Amino acid sequence: MKTILYIIQKEFKQIFRNKGMLPIIFIMPILQLVILSNAATFEVKNIKFGYIDNDHTSTSRALVERFDASTYFNVLTDFPSEALASAAMLNGEVDVLLHIPTHFERDLQKEKYNNLGVTINAIDGAAAGVENVYVTQIVQRFNQNLKIDLFQISDQQIQPTSIQTIPLFWYNETLNYKTFMVPGILVLLVTMITLFLSGMNIVREKEIGTLEQINVTPIKKRQFIIGKLFPFWVIGMGLLTVGLVLAKVVFNIPMVGSLPLMYLYTSIYILVVLGIGLFISNFTETQQQAMFISWFFTVIFILMSGLFTPIESMPNWAQIITEFNPIRYFVEVMRMVMLKGSGFMDILPQLSKTLLYALVMDGLAVWSYKKTS
Amino acid sequence: MSITVSNISKSYKTVKALQHISFNVKEGELFGLIGPDGAGKTTLFRILTTLLIADEGTATVTGFEVVSEYKQIRNSVGYMPGKFSLYQDLTVEENLEFFATIFGTTIEENYDLIKDIYVQIAPFKDRRAGKLSGGMKQKLALCCALIHKPKVLFLDEPTTGVDPVSRKEFWEMLKRLQQKGITILVSTPYMDEAALCDRIALIQDGKILEIDTPNAIIKHYPKQIYNVRANNMYQLITSLNAYEHSHSVYPFGEYVHYTDKRTDFSPEDLLRYLESRKLSEIEIEKTQTTIEDTFMELAK
Repeated sequence: MKTILYIIQKEFKQIFRNKGMLPIIFIMPILQLVILSNAATFEVKNIKFGYIDNDHTSTSRALVERFDASTYFNVLTDFPSEALASAAMLNGEVDVLLHIPTHFERDLQKEKYNNLGVTINAIDGAAAGVENVYVTQIVQRFNQNLKIDLFQISDQQIQPTSIQTIPLFWYNETLNYKTFMVPGILVLLVTMITLFLSGMNIVREKEIGTLEQINVTPIKKRQFIIGKLFPFWVIGMGLLTVGLVLAKVVFNIPMVGSLPLMYLYTSIYILVVLGIGLFISNFTETQQQAMFISWFFTVIFILMSGLFTPIESMPNWAQIITEFNPIRYFVEVMRMVMLKGSGFMDILPQLSKTLLYALVMDGLAVWSYKKTS
Repeated sequence: MSITVSNISKSYKTVKALQHISFNVKEGELFGLIGPDGAGKTTLFRILTTLLIADEGTATVTGFEVVSEYKQIRNSVGYMPGKFSLYQDLTVEENLEFFATIFGTTIEENYDLIKDIYVQIAPFKDRRAGKLSGGMKQKLALCCALIHKPKVLFLDEPTTGVDPVSRKEFWEMLKRLQQKGITILVSTPYMDEAALCDRIALIQDGKILEIDTPNAIIKHYPKQIYNVRANNMYQLITSLNAYEHSHSVYPFGEYVHYTDKRTDFSPEDLLRYLESRKLSEIEIEKTQTTIEDTFMELAK
């Protein structure tokens, strides 16, 4: 026990003496949380909008005005021809093009029916999808008003009964993206910092040769590993605290659920990450190798965590892979507890899977750590 | 016997690092492993310090078998790897305390053993190990290897890259430790240090060439060596190599060490030959055999 305590003490001394590492541990996460949470938004704004009006009637102008009035669109230009509009799209000057056909107003009145062409720059597929929804919404609303303005009383009979949906967004009423991004980004920070630090830590001793000296001593495997990894567990918990404080103070994220539950889950979760880190450093020779392998897994884990893209929309095989992604469970738990106020029984599936993961990972890591080379 | 090595072999893929090595080190002996880089010295150290498992053969350290009883060995040996391997970001005192703690002891308990060495670095005890000079680092590493009062001390090239004054001091320290009853196995590529050991093993390409006391090894050398010198070193060496009776020619500082095939060699013959090769300021004189000459002869 005395040995473990001494190693922990030594480890902390080394962390706090490493002037290059300290800012990475404490400043970088804070900066990332503040910057990423504000920047990583799914809202698409300032869409560069262009149109080709072949009709030039009050109806077509009214439609364009609708776009102008929207805060999402910056109405840019009225293109005189298709060719010029396509060229502008090619140059990236417009994102969305609206084609209003000739006799738009006349046909609407006569046929009660017409088509509009919309061209969307889909280089960024996700943004294109959102833009499409915006365009459709504006056109639909315009359509409803149009019925009142253009249609005769006699037309009333053939107007179909419309069904309206009124959505209610539970747990995040205003669909504030920060409310669900901040818990997710907090997860990333805790994971990244603890994984990188633990992954590089033991391999660093290998690199500078101190491990060889340690291996000749009678120190026990578990003493050494616990002593080495415990400080990073503490740092991980510290990061969670810093992140939660920032989430409350800077972003005013609602914290409906219980804090002790979040800490309980995180304390187990970090064991998984430390196990992965130790496992990586057992199989690498230099910090550089350890860093690249850690990055490889982090990127896959993040992209498949459900943080940026919902897991439900992934193909089946990918969904199965996410079952082995610890970040996925952490993101789920943080969002459930923070936003929905889930209790212990609600997160029990995630908690038990994480616990199992921790046991397996730490077991593997300790088993693969050899004092002989 | 403090260390016994019998028939140890170790290969790394196709490279045979050690081939059937056998030797014994007596208790309280200062035993030197002398050989060039890549001879297999470090591999042997790693096997004896239980860091590496040999492909075949057995070895014991302080009576314990290196594979089955490695735990006891780790408690009773001190190891100083060739590369400085203490924590550069911890201070001198913290490093020492760290190693004392993981060996389950304290600095105070074994202070008398390291006292002579530690007093020299004590003025810098609050300095980070990484900021010490090369000689100081060696002393600190030695202190750390001694802090648990080991019975056997393994020193892998302790003086490589250390200045001549510190090297001399270091060997004096080893002599003092030996008097306290510690068995020391030391490796070095420097032939001049070999003479300071009780016994040495000359090792090359994973094979032991000879094991004996330094004096006996020198006496085994069959020929008289001559120091030869002239105005043009390069031409001297090529001329001597071309000489029909030459046995060996090695540059040795400002001289060339020369031996002749004939038993009735007379320096005058050689002088005349060298003069015929347009060399001047020629000096030829008898000299003492050194370990290096013996090694070169054996390694031929």
